[in-house]
Amino acid sequence: MGELSPEQATTGSRVRRAMRDVATSQATLIILSIVVALVVGALLIAGADAGVRSSIGYVFARPSDFFSALGHAVGGAYSSLFQGAIFNLNPSDNIAFLAPLANTVAYSVPLIFAGLGLGIGFRGGLFNIGGQGQIILGGLLCGYIGFAWHLPVGLHLVVCVLGAFVGGALWGFIPGILRAKTGANEVIVTIMLNAVAGFLLAWFLTLRAFQANLNTPISPSVAATARFPHFFGTAIDLGFVLALAAAVGVWWLMERSTLGFRIRLVGENPEAAKTAGMNASMTYVWVMVIAGGLAGLAATSQLLSGVAQQLNGNIAGTFGFDAITVALLGRSKPLGTVLAGLLFGGLRAGGYIMQSATGTPIDIILVLQSVIVLLIAAPPLVKAIFRLPDPERRRQHLAKVAARTVRKEAVA
Amino acid sequence: MRLELRHVTKRFGDFVANDAIDLVVEPGQIHALLGENGAGKSTLMNVLYGLYAADGGEIRLDDKPQHFAGPGDAMAAGIGMVHQHFMLVPVFTVAENVVLGQEPTGALGMINVKKARNFVTEISNRFGFDVDPDALVEDLPVGVQQRVEIIKALSRKAQILILDEPTAVLTPQETDELITIMRGLKESGTSIIFITHKLREVQDVADQVTVIRAGQVIGTVPPTTSQTELAEMMVGRAVDLAVHRTEHTAGAVALSVKDLTLLDPEGRAVLDDISFDIAAGEILAVAGIQGNGQTELIETLVGLHKPSAGTITLQPPAGPAQELAGRSVKSILAAHVGYIPEDRGKDGVVQGFSIAENLILDQVGGPPFSSHGGLKMKAIADNAAKLVEEFDVRAGSAHASLSQLSGGNQQKVVVARELSRDLAALIVAQPTRGVDVGSIEFIHSRILEERGKGTALLIVSTELSEVTALADRIAVMFRGRFMGIAPAGTSRNVLGLMMAGVEYEDALAQGARGGTPTSQSEHDGGAEWVS
Repeated sequence: MGELSPEQATTGSRVRRAMRDVATSQATLIILSIVVALVVGALLIAGADAGVRSSIGYVFARPSDFFSALGHAVGGAYSSLFQGAIFNLNPSDNIAFLAPLANTVAYSVPLIFAGLGLGIGFRGGLFNIGGQGQIILGGLLCGYIGFAWHLPVGLHLVVCVLGAFVGGALWGFIPGILRAKTGANEVIVTIMLNAVAGFLLAWFLTLRAFQANLNTPISPSVAATARFPHFFGTAIDLGFVLALAAAVGVWWLMERSTLGFRIRLVGENPEAAKTAGMNASMTYVWVMVIAGGLAGLAATSQLLSGVAQQLNGNIAGTFGFDAITVALLGRSKPLGTVLAGLLFGGLRAGGYIMQSATGTPIDIILVLQSVIVLLIAAPPLVKAIFRLPDPERRRQHLAKVAARTVRKEAVA
Repeated sequence: MRLELRHVTKRFGDFVANDAIDLVVEPGQIHALLGENGAGKSTLMNVLYGLYAADGGEIRLDDKPQHFAGPGDAMAAGIGMVHQHFMLVPVFTVAENVVLGQEPTGALGMINVKKARNFVTEISNRFGFDVDPDALVEDLPVGVQQRVEIIKALSRKAQILILDEPTAVLTPQETDELITIMRGLKESGTSIIFITHKLREVQDVADQVTVIRAGQVIGTVPPTTSQTELAEMMVGRAVDLAVHRTEHTAGAVALSVKDLTLLDPEGRAVLDDISFDIAAGEILAVAGIQGNGQTELIETLVGLHKPSAGTITLQPPAGPAQELAGRSVKSILAAHVGYIPEDRGKDGVVQGFSIAENLILDQVGGPPFSSHGGLKMKAIADNAAKLVEEFDVRAGSAHASLSQLSGGNQQKVVVARELSRDLAALIVAQPTRGVDVGSIEFIHSRILEERGKGTALLIVSTELSEVTALADRIAVMFRGRFMGIAPAGTSRNVLGLMMAGVEYEDALAQGARGGTPTSQSEHDGGAEWVS
């Protein structure tokens, strides 16, 4: 059997191998998923556009009408999406030029916080659906401290942020301890606790202490002493810095700490963890407490920055659920989660502009997000569309080749 | 029927699993296919059985080229296969299993069970299978289940029967019975391709031996070829088949187990009143057919199960005796007990972790690998570099994912991790399961080295040859009980009787009367662990 000499292997196949490495990387998969999602989005935008629909009736008589309507609809929507998310191309000054990017960053903050928390859960083998409830509890505590307590500037902010963490951690602790002590399925418990948290918030907002005006379920505004300082007069504030710091912290936790080692071990192979003498149950509690705390921090971006800075029934928005997709998209890794959070933040920021500028419904953003996640969850689909080689098969094959090379060496 | 494989080639991507393999099986021949794990035996048989399409070469039956699109075609052409893991439905009867997929039906689509039953009885009588067609498969011992598989293949008119590692799950007696059955089939003109890595069986039963290594045929030789030569062909270098043991210097008792009992949730005894002592520097091997409580025994010893009754006392070389029963895994491991679990992939390693991380799985909590809750990356990397070198783990880098290693190298990682600690006792299960011959040699020598250091070792193995090669004393387990503890050098015959549930003294008496004829090799006196 002819063995490839090293020279042949390097000269002949280097380009091909480089191409294949690029083609099989996760990054390529994600970028292609985004491209496919934009194409699907374009079809929907075109379908919803009156001009496109009327011109398609005589597309063979005057194709130019159809194509110009198509270009107008899709191009208009996507360019306003872009301008809303990245750069304002008709700025009044430098800050206005970058204002959309700042908005994107601001929208991404709660997604990053909650996504980081959920990502820890995924890596620890827990499917935590309770981001929503954890954000609400974080918000309750953070908001109450913010508007009811009177503390000096700086300290007040620190206590508020801690409150958000503790509130979320508490709501994470419940499913964690139930899983550890009784084996209760965390998926079901966290979903149920979302509902409990929602009603708990509604009940608190009926209390006089939580109402700014009588019989209105909206709290007083958070005191000025507890608000995040803004940078350069943009929408970017200390919250984003905290989110980045949290990402670094999560990286250290997962990659450099013994607790993170245990979390990953339990997530990858709970049997091996038990055999190695680890208490898997306690690890589950830790995972849920940290995950809940991080999700709780997501509430700060509504309460300590933003416009209203009031506790209301919609404090968690849909961040808890969007963060699941952010964590999945980011492969549960901190850097990936930050980038995914920025992407989704950008889609949201741009989506509002797109809706007001072109009338394209913002629901299209939801479609884009869903298609991206769908494609990433089903890599074979993207590979089939773009005819990419299968990285899993390639990896197994490489392992076999390596094993064989080793055997050959052993023989020689 | 004469089978000929001509230049059969099977590639997976750039990897050549079978490289232009030529193989001729004459009618009525027992042809052994010998090779290490991963040599390409199973791939070749899967090509022959139609599970894989060959990338080159051809399969000829009686000089007619064949094209198998799937196992159905292969079966129709007269090829039957008995897989290592049986394809039987446990809750069906033998007859139902035999006709599964080709049920003879009567009026209204009712299955004609009578016809199936008659067929089973007929085959069973003709070859002395002794199989009851109405027994439920789940009630049958493994050896009989295997015969059901053979009947299934014969019922589909198989003239060439592929047996994939058929003896891996059998007692020595069952193995002898299987060999008798194989000879009977051969008499009736059925050809058998017998896949194995056990040299002794090859010499017992085969007419021809083809050795495969790294996807290529190394040679086809008569079974009279010596074991050393066969092993050399398999591995590609001279292999020392004998396990070199120094003289046993038993120290004081280091691990003492008394009246150990473990009940399952239904209250049945999985471990039934087990007592034994192991001295420092002694190896007690536990033999027995898989599933007779060995797994539960070792898992109880390391704290994965809480014993229902009994004591486990560890007497470390220095310090007071410690009671281990009822303690957590963590505290038992901390008491200088090492553990090499039986199912490496499930319990011993984490595929997604790096080699370096796998080497500290059970030591991550304290110094030297962590301090103040943070991992000490340099200590972890240094430890990995040292152990990879010392235990000859063949890996590109210690930071590579463990999943890239072969089974043998993964096992070396587990062995390295446990032996790198300071041990008073070491609990080992199936130390060389799924491990290539070269690594087996290495792992055995490291285990014996640990014995030399004065560690008390308990080794559970279903490979009788491994047990006899390593043990100072041999305990045999049957249905959760010890059938007795036999001295090293006890014959396979006696151990086999014990594995089937005969107490040591009775087995000794029966063995002396000469039960089943024993093969020649065990009288050689040498420790032949590959057999």
